Amino acid sequence: MSISTKFVSTLATAGLALTIGAFSAVSASAGPTLDAIQQRGFIKVGVGGSSPGFSFPDASGKWQGFFVDFGRALAVTVFNNPDKVEFTSSSPQQRLPALQAGEFDILLSGVTQTITRAFKLGFHFGPVIFYDGQGILVNKSLGVAKAVELDGATIGAQSGTTGELNIADFFRKTGKAYKPVVIEDSNEFQKAIESGRVDALTQDASDLAIIRTQLAKPDDYVVLPERLSKEPLVPAVRGGDDRWLEIVDWTVYATIQAEEFGITQKNVDEFLTSEDPAIKRFLGVDTSLGEAIGLDPKFAYNIIKAVGNYGEIFDRSIGPSTKVGFQRGYNDLWTRGGLIYSPPFR
Amino acid sequence: MIAHRRLSRPIPLFKAAFGSPGHAAVSLALAGLVAVAVPPLLNWLLFDATWVGTADDCHGRSGACWAFVGAKLQFVLLGLYPQGDAWRAYAVDGLLLALAAASTVPRLWSRGLLAAWIGGLLASIWLLGGGLGLPQITSDKWGGLPVTLLLSFGSFLLSFPLAIALALARRSRMGGLRIYAVAFIEVVRGVPFIAVLYAATLLFPLMLPSGAAIDKFARAAAALSIFVAAYFAEIIRAGLQGVPHGQYEAASALGLTYWQALRLIVLPQALRAVIPSIVNLAIGIFQDTTLVAIIGMFDLLNAARTAASADQAWLGFYAESYVFAALVYFVFCFSASRYSLWLERHLRPA
Repeated sequence: MSISTKFVSTLATAGLALTIGAFSAVSASAGPTLDAIQQRGFIKVGVGGSSPGFSFPDASGKWQGFFVDFGRALAVTVFNNPDKVEFTSSSPQQRLPALQAGEFDILLSGVTQTITRAFKLGFHFGPVIFYDGQGILVNKSLGVAKAVELDGATIGAQSGTTGELNIADFFRKTGKAYKPVVIEDSNEFQKAIESGRVDALTQDASDLAIIRTQLAKPDDYVVLPERLSKEPLVPAVRGGDDRWLEIVDWTVYATIQAEEFGITQKNVDEFLTSEDPAIKRFLGVDTSLGEAIGLDPKFAYNIIKAVGNYGEIFDRSIGPSTKVGFQRGYNDLWTRGGLIYSPPFR
Repeated sequence: MIAHRRLSRPIPLFKAAFGSPGHAAVSLALAGLVAVAVPPLLNWLLFDATWVGTADDCHGRSGACWAFVGAKLQFVLLGLYPQGDAWRAYAVDGLLLALAAASTVPRLWSRGLLAAWIGGLLASIWLLGGGLGLPQITSDKWGGLPVTLLLSFGSFLLSFPLAIALALARRSRMGGLRIYAVAFIEVVRGVPFIAVLYAATLLFPLMLPSGAAIDKFARAAAALSIFVAAYFAEIIRAGLQGVPHGQYEAASALGLTYWQALRLIVLPQALRAVIPSIVNLAIGIFQDTTLVAIIGMFDLLNAARTAASADQAWLGFYAESYVFAALVYFVFCFSASRYSLWLERHLRPA
């Protein structure tokens, strides 16, 4: 062995040792976020200032809404107590820097998952909990149930937005005709559809839901289930705590899987006696799964008991029976043609 | 300027409006504008407005929905503050406004008033936050008018000693001290308030050891105080420069030390001269507090906005909400501005 090869191999060994050292250092201190949560005794959740149905303080100042319920579900997973969570309002301008700065452990505030945010900003994202996107609001008298059935309709879009371009793309693709009406001011939207100047309006679905509540007869209008643009809303966490991210993921999945099983807040106790091995594993009747992953075997049971399954969370805050009145659409279970899907609990 | 206004007699309205063809043209154009803009505005504000009822009643009419403001008044005024403890927030409003009212009377300006302010602010923080017998309410639940008042008055009072120190340092003959003061003032005045606010809420926590956290309200108040202090210092410096040099010399001839001269001779004259500017600054602070909405605090304006988007029964009445908030701000700022004019006349040496 010549000196130079010996030198190189020593160098390589040292490099390897350093690398392993670095890795073990990371795994030893893995979970700074979760450690901090456990030490503190509650989870800090950032939510939007107030978006109707999604997160808003109720009359007594308590936070409610679709995103808020997922925050409570997380508190159940970690502490088995839906109240061990503190919600902090944050504006769209500062929510991501605030997450970075450690103001909260998780951001549940309508963050759209994009590739830039993942690569450049060092955030990790949980599963999509709401598929938002550009929608179409129509007068029910048109008798249209799907956007593809719109033919020759007059459609209002706000000028200078991507909404205007997306709707043009959509009709180019479907090959149907439509008449665009450009509306300058978003306040004019309401008047345009009420006066019949347009048959339909297009905007982000969550905006349309609010415009709809503003109309004199909201029940005469409906937001069609299609989305012309992709706005997948996800929980966001800081990078560097894989265990915390897993807890976020599987807390969301638990609500989804429960709906797939047909388990609701009301009937969850009846399922405890189920003979289905998958349900036994899921609810922690069979404790082997929980032991293997180091969580309370009954964490899914506790979540459903405290906040309900995905469908219940959806319906309670933003579903068709609420003022916001969203159809499930893409946010329906995959078994019913939607995109909401949970990996298996095994 | 005031003397000038006193000397010139007011011009009769008609002559002012139609005295020349140019005047007449402008007057007619403006009258046309008013005729076009005002009736719809009045219709919306008053004649077509819904004063009582539900959201559905409002949707049926084209005017403003003041019933909304009535229904959500507590939320607009208190934000997320727990309803059961609302009296505490109202007590803070009352306490701070009473102190502000007392401060408008020049006869009451004394060391006692300053002590009352310090005591009043501490009592406000205690009333809002609890402890010592009251249930604890964390500052993320504070909101509405108490937050706006506490931030404005608190940061005004906090910035006052800092501003005096900065103004004196800037006029100091000690080179090092002067450079620090100049650097501080110019850097803070050179950046927008939002930047200071961001630094306080986002950068500052990164510098703390992990686990340590300083209350967001305290950070916002500190940011506002620092920001205000820079402007305040410049106003005081102007006042100091207005004090004739003979006053300093007379003071030292009497055997007063630097600090005695400052406290007894110079500062009273300097501050008195700049009181109108200080009131202007106070109005500015009051309005600047609305920017804390950016960092997720529910001051009066943000609470008003949230009121229109939180309750599903009353969604989307933003215009009414903003008009109401604007009215509250206007009442405060207009009173302060009229007061400052009165004070200017009152304090003018006879």
